[in-house]
Amino acid sequence: MKIKKKIPLIDQVSKLGFWGGKFGGNYVPETLKKPIEDLEILFNKLKNDKRFIAERDKYFKNWVGAPTRFIKLENLTNHVGGAQIWSKVVSDANGGAHKIYNATVHCLLAKRSGKKFIIGDTGAGYAGKMLSMAAKKFGLKCKIFMGAKDIARQQPNVKAMKKNGAEVIPVYSGSQTLVDAVSECMRFWVANCDTTAMCVGSTVGPAVFVRICGWSTSQISRELKVQLIDKFGSMPKKLKLYNCVGGGSSSFGFWNEFMDYDKKQCEFIGVEAGGPAKSKKHAAPLTYGSKIGILHGAAQYVNQDSDGQIEETESISAGLDYPGISPLHCFLKDTKRARYTAASDEDALSAYKTVTKFEKLRPSLEPSHAFSVAIKEAKKLSKDTIVVVNSCGDAYKDREILKKRLGKKYVEPN
Amino acid sequence: MLNPISLAFKKAKQENRAALLTYTVAGDSSKKQSLDILNSISKNADILELGVPHNTPVADGSQIQTSAYRAIKNGIRMNDVFKIVKDFKKSNKNKAIILMGYFNMIFQFGENKFLNKCNSSGVNGLIVVDLPWPENKEFARKCKRKSIYFIQLLSPTTTTKRLKRIIRDSHPMNYFISMLSTTGGKLKVSPKHILKNYTKIKKIDPKKEIVIGFGITEKTIGKLKSADGLVVGSAICKEISKSLKHGQNPVTNVSKLVKKLKSKIL
Repeated sequence: MKIKKKIPLIDQVSKLGFWGGKFGGNYVPETLKKPIEDLEILFNKLKNDKRFIAERDKYFKNWVGAPTRFIKLENLTNHVGGAQIWSKVVSDANGGAHKIYNATVHCLLAKRSGKKFIIGDTGAGYAGKMLSMAAKKFGLKCKIFMGAKDIARQQPNVKAMKKNGAEVIPVYSGSQTLVDAVSECMRFWVANCDTTAMCVGSTVGPAVFVRICGWSTSQISRELKVQLIDKFGSMPKKLKLYNCVGGGSSSFGFWNEFMDYDKKQCEFIGVEAGGPAKSKKHAAPLTYGSKIGILHGAAQYVNQDSDGQIEETESISAGLDYPGISPLHCFLKDTKRARYTAASDEDALSAYKTVTKFEKLRPSLEPSHAFSVAIKEAKKLSKDTIVVVNSCGDAYKDREILKKRLGKKYVEPN
Repeated sequence: MLNPISLAFKKAKQENRAALLTYTVAGDSSKKQSLDILNSISKNADILELGVPHNTPVADGSQIQTSAYRAIKNGIRMNDVFKIVKDFKKSNKNKAIILMGYFNMIFQFGENKFLNKCNSSGVNGLIVVDLPWPENKEFARKCKRKSIYFIQLLSPTTTTKRLKRIIRDSHPMNYFISMLSTTGGKLKVSPKHILKNYTKIKKIDPKKEIVIGFGITEKTIGKLKSADGLVVGSAICKEISKSLKHGQNPVTNVSKLVKKLKSKIL
């Protein structure tokens, strides 16, 4: 299994949609074969269409707000005392997280295909919030599927979705989290694929959804590459890119443009959700060696029992609380291009405390996982090493959890 | 010997009627009860589909989901599913049994080991909801070598070109999904429209048996009786849930329902 150079990773896929011969694919009901094929044809055509790219870039620049900031965390760097710690503040993007890129592209595709309705899944509520924003912007009617447990713990985003005119459909089956929301969303699509477009909220699902999402979030690394050269004059010799990994959309987008660099020069570190320190449950299939299985249309490493029943996950971060992982990351793990590790709920909370103590930055619980590992490792690294953490979400949505776990003083008034 | 699935269609044709296929979930609401249900409905059903419960079913509506979650909660494991089939076959040697489920369960069991186990317990056919053509080509070939029918699903969204290719590669029985829906949806197209699609498919290769499923209930089954076979699933799962809720015996109630369904297609 090998990564090819000079070919975008999203296109290093076999005819049947597999990366490395075994990750991804299209394990879908027959009814979805045709709509998926239609979407594939449309996407393959448009991703190389100059006018479509110009249209995408126009919305990314004027509406999403590209580029997002790339800043040095001076105080944190001094406190840690090791590598230089920088952050790509993707939470600057309209709506407060990277999910806006995928949502925008899916709405543009839906418009092109003449669909009037769009549906999507959400965990932390960001994918849903951004899809509701983009749907409103592009005049599409929108339904968001969200686990009942997540609705309870991510209220600010639920309110935002409703304000944007989306219908939020609570999902009560299974663990009532992201995994169930994705299943319910796919079921709805099975029954309504003639009129409705589906947006999968991360680099998961049938192969075309993995590709569209990866293509969209790659905006992050396109910007970062320019910003790095701008700041340092050339690509740094020692660069480490830390990102949290749930489904894997922000991390893939954060890394994509650097794929062809040697990992000694540019290392990718993915941080999964290890769950509560005292719990056996986690959302870290790569770190804890979960077996390959099929979830939501794709073969991937996934938490499951020996029969193949998908296991319940546990994490303080709704956005990472998913038993599977993008086929792209399975491929990056097996080819050893990226390294994966996990941070616990407590690690993430402690990193949130540290970052907010020293910097004017409020990473949500998802990137706080990445900060936790970055801070620990930066200590041991040389001063000429550039550590960059993708702060891909804003903590506003987590205010209730933060208040409960850390106390009121950690929640800024909004 | 002819596969019991083909025998069942042959028998129905001799009686000048559609074959009745039932779907129940293995282990719903317990291992013993699901076996009792199979034994009891086999008098009136021609082919028994037994669902392998899975906890992330992307094509099942709420009725079958409820049954599947109930069975999982009551401890059903893959080996128990085979045990139910084996026990059923002890007293119903020639009754056709089809397992229906999601590919991950087969993948984890191991394809070859799974098919061997199917053979030793008496499974005659397989429906794998999320293993469409052409992804299923290799697995379907393996099934054929074991004399197990791999049943292809066809949908209203399947293009004519694709229909022809799937049917060309298919085994003697295929399954036409009546409408765009998960299982158990309300029939949102007319039976006439469904039959029109059915006829189009049937013409591609008249020798292949085509059954219609999804959204079929006591009310609608009679209008579709000119098909080779009709599948009722969610309506049966719903009956089990209802019986449990009212403290009644699901075995008796489901048997009554299946008898009624049969009477509508005679």
